[in-house]
Amino acid sequence: MDKKRNLAQEDMTTLVKETTLKDRMMSLFDEKQTLIARYDTPYIAKCRQEAFAHFKMLGFPHVKLEKWRGTDLTHALNLDYAQYLEPFQHDIDVENLFKCEVPNFETFLVTQLNGWYTYRTYALRTLPNGIIIGSLAKAFEQYPEIVNKHYSHYADDSSDGLVALNTAFAQDGIFIYVPDNVVVSDTIQMVNIIDYDQNLFVQARNLIVIGKNSKLTLVQCDDSIDHRVSFINSVTEVSIGENASLDHYKLQNKDEQSTLVNTIFFDQMEGSQLSSNAISLNGGIIRNDTRVRFDGPNCQANIYGLYLMDKDQHIDNQVFVDHAKPHCESSELFKGILDDHASGVFNGHVLVRKDAQKTNAYQNNKNILLSDKAVIDSKPFLEIYADDVKCSHGATVGQLDAEAMFYIRSRGISESNAKMLLMYAFAAEVVNKITIPELRQRIDDMVKKRLRGELSACDQCVLHCSSQEKKVKFKIDMSKI
Amino acid sequence: MLSIKNLHVSINGKEILKGINLEVKAGEVHAIMGPNGTGKSTLASVIAGREVFEVTEGEISFKGKDIFSLSIEERACEGIFLGFQYPVEIPGVSITNFLRTAVNEQRKYRGLDAMPAAEFLAKMEEKKALLELNTKLTNRSVNEGFSGGEKKKNEIFQMAMLEPMLSILDETDSGLDIDALRIVATGVNKLRRPDNATIIITHYQRLLEYIVPDVVHVLFEGRIVKTGGKELAVELEEKGYEWIKKEI
Repeated sequence: MDKKRNLAQEDMTTLVKETTLKDRMMSLFDEKQTLIARYDTPYIAKCRQEAFAHFKMLGFPHVKLEKWRGTDLTHALNLDYAQYLEPFQHDIDVENLFKCEVPNFETFLVTQLNGWYTYRTYALRTLPNGIIIGSLAKAFEQYPEIVNKHYSHYADDSSDGLVALNTAFAQDGIFIYVPDNVVVSDTIQMVNIIDYDQNLFVQARNLIVIGKNSKLTLVQCDDSIDHRVSFINSVTEVSIGENASLDHYKLQNKDEQSTLVNTIFFDQMEGSQLSSNAISLNGGIIRNDTRVRFDGPNCQANIYGLYLMDKDQHIDNQVFVDHAKPHCESSELFKGILDDHASGVFNGHVLVRKDAQKTNAYQNNKNILLSDKAVIDSKPFLEIYADDVKCSHGATVGQLDAEAMFYIRSRGISESNAKMLLMYAFAAEVVNKITIPELRQRIDDMVKKRLRGELSACDQCVLHCSSQEKKVKFKIDMSKI
Repeated sequence: MLSIKNLHVSINGKEILKGINLEVKAGEVHAIMGPNGTGKSTLASVIAGREVFEVTEGEISFKGKDIFSLSIEERACEGIFLGFQYPVEIPGVSITNFLRTAVNEQRKYRGLDAMPAAEFLAKMEEKKALLELNTKLTNRSVNEGFSGGEKKKNEIFQMAMLEPMLSILDETDSGLDIDALRIVATGVNKLRRPDNATIIITHYQRLLEYIVPDVVHVLFEGRIVKTGGKELAVELEEKGYEWIKKEI
């Protein structure tokens, strides 16, 4: 309530300042168009111009939009940011920054530094089994038949200002193409690093195309090295082919100066499977916008999320599942613990279209609030136009169970450890959905550390940045893919 | 070991216990019997430290210490164990993990090092065998999806692992079939030692056929109205609680 009043009072100034950043973005686009579009093919140039027109119309999102009611970007949009419009010149050895902290966990690592794909020798590689992996900018030019078929086809920029802004400015990012009938045995790990000595606005863009009957595991990490303010506006498009399957994880452990809007579009063809799990452990403002569209029958999508937030951190999970075709199943489970002044939003929207008979859709959001200052706005929402469907939704907000606390303490376990045990047990339901045992173990440890207050923003899932001597060379074994 | 003097307890302004006096010595088994709603479970909860109750008068000392100055967990570490009438389900926490945490926190309180993993596992195996507990049960979450009998066996299993000085078993016999009752009773009997004590809270005399008490108390309307030997339980079973009502 208080929050709303403040917003109303600030409305005038807010609008003026928002326009300012929008204006700056627009003049930047006009002035630097040649530079921004230097890797464009005619198709990309067309997407860019259309998206720019949309951004001009839509501007930045604000709290008066229904989908943005709970997440206020005013402060983040009030700051000055630099944008990197040329390939990032870095003298640091990015590969050397990484240390895979997950024992026995073989990953193929691809990195973005301030939005730009980082590499030593090849901007784009084709591996023996036909997987193409590397820089999106290079893919524009080298693989127009793939890019033109998928790029900007799923990311709708006509109704979302940030997606429009991303498409208008996107220059590079990660491109992954898995041909038909390939099971990618190693996990591909995409790490998005921000390291700069000024406030930075990053338009990260990724395109992932998975062919028929193929299988891919993807871990998407959002990390930041420097403690400068950053705004990451990330858009990822994923096409999952017929009977293909994708196991997708998002790990977010950001510093509190950062704003991260991570929008991901999954397009599923007939018989495909998706499991997506977003683990948010720290961050300033994090918004995960996950949109799934079933473009064929017999698809399945499991969308999970866990968020552990405290201090003034804010988490917003938006999920939209479009049951456009019959015989598909979607299941959502989001769980969160909020302490101090932390705030959260869960907005789950399942749309079951008229012809999507035999749809199964489940939504569940469970929250524990540890302080009376923490808030959660939970809104599971079903919109159904078919008549032969099974759908359910639920949301709970509560404190730690007093009966369980008494039971645990009566065995000699201290109050603080009893709380830990209950919080951990609450989180475990989502952690246990992780199917890679080594990754599950690692996340499990991170969750425990987070709950004990021992996880810092520098204690990353994959990289260790704190001291020189601790840096271990991360080896990529190409032969394993 | 346990000394309760003139204990008065209220909840939401309503007096439940109206002056309880009870002395339990090491090596003894006491049974507290009485009809439903007379304050038996309240007494057990207050000893364990449940915070919803208000102690308005009286004192409880355990091994000479005033227990009202101790937290729930400190009482447990001092050696008080409560077997719950309705054990709580804790999804996501395995029994093994739960007990290892409990055992080691109690050891820490007593100035001991954590129990080595191998020793802990061996002890678990020994106590599981004692209670004829399904070996797979301990990998499951605490009480989650357990049958009534499994929950009660799990309470006794925890008691066996924690080796308390004073065990208070609150209606442990309720909801048990005859086989489970026999197993639970055998467990309790095997765990009896000259230096520990047990308080059995029960509505029926049935459990007392297996665990023979030294002293039987009848709790009625917040007061202990009658105390006797094991024959009192038999008499109660024959005559019913109406008999007590008439006597007072």
